[in-house]
Amino acid sequence: MKKWVRVSYFAILREQRGIGEERVATDAATAAELYEELRGLHRFTLPPDRLRVAINDEFAPWNSAVRDGDALVFVPPVAGG
Amino acid sequence: MSFKLTNGPIDASALMDGLRDAGAGAFVTFEGRVRDRNDGRNVRALDYEAYAPLAEKEGERILSEAVGKFRITGAACVHRTGSLALGDVAVWIAVAAGHRDAAFEACRYIIDETKARVPIWKKEHYADGVSEWINCATRGDHAGGAPEGAKGAR
Repeated sequence: MKKWVRVSYFAILREQRGIGEERVATDAATAAELYEELRGLHRFTLPPDRLRVAINDEFAPWNSAVRDGDALVFVPPVAGG
Repeated sequence: MSFKLTNGPIDASALMDGLRDAGAGAFVTFEGRVRDRNDGRNVRALDYEAYAPLAEKEGERILSEAVGKFRITGAACVHRTGSLALGDVAVWIAVAAGHRDAAFEACRYIIDETKARVPIWKKEHYADGVSEWINCATRGDHAGGAPEGAKGAR
């Protein structure tokens, strides 16, 4: 059964996706699998080794399990300051 | 200790008052301002975007680390979001300490870690009409660098 997650997009990913947030139904077991799925769908230019992932507003390892109801953010290379 | 995001001008004097301490003989501030050039290109404006919940958490962690590493009495950092013009203050940091060495070192630590770790992104708008997300370029692609109007042409 597919899990429902919320994915929020920022900066270049937001522009490439065309929206800031969406609910996604996925079979992905890990955050890495989910990114590959979305990257294929939306032609994101950034490879995963340039990104970090956050789950429920905390940085998390790429191999973290994706659970129903999770909120995920794929974090592009930061450039504050 | 506070790390904040704001989409309006930074009110430095109010923040300084929050760091007053009778034992603080040194007070160091740093302002990062919007510069008119980057990598040889003429910048005319820029936008900052933040993942606010995690940016504030990570920023607070950096300030706590600074307190653990250096002998300081307090520290604060504010980062702008939204559209900024040349010369605008993008980031403001203040550190209070008993003595100057710790204050300078902690201030340097906070700005370096903020730039490296806090989920804030900068889009520069250049004089030639092109805009780019900084640090997001990929091979064979100017990562968001298509002229505004040419979006969707790929």
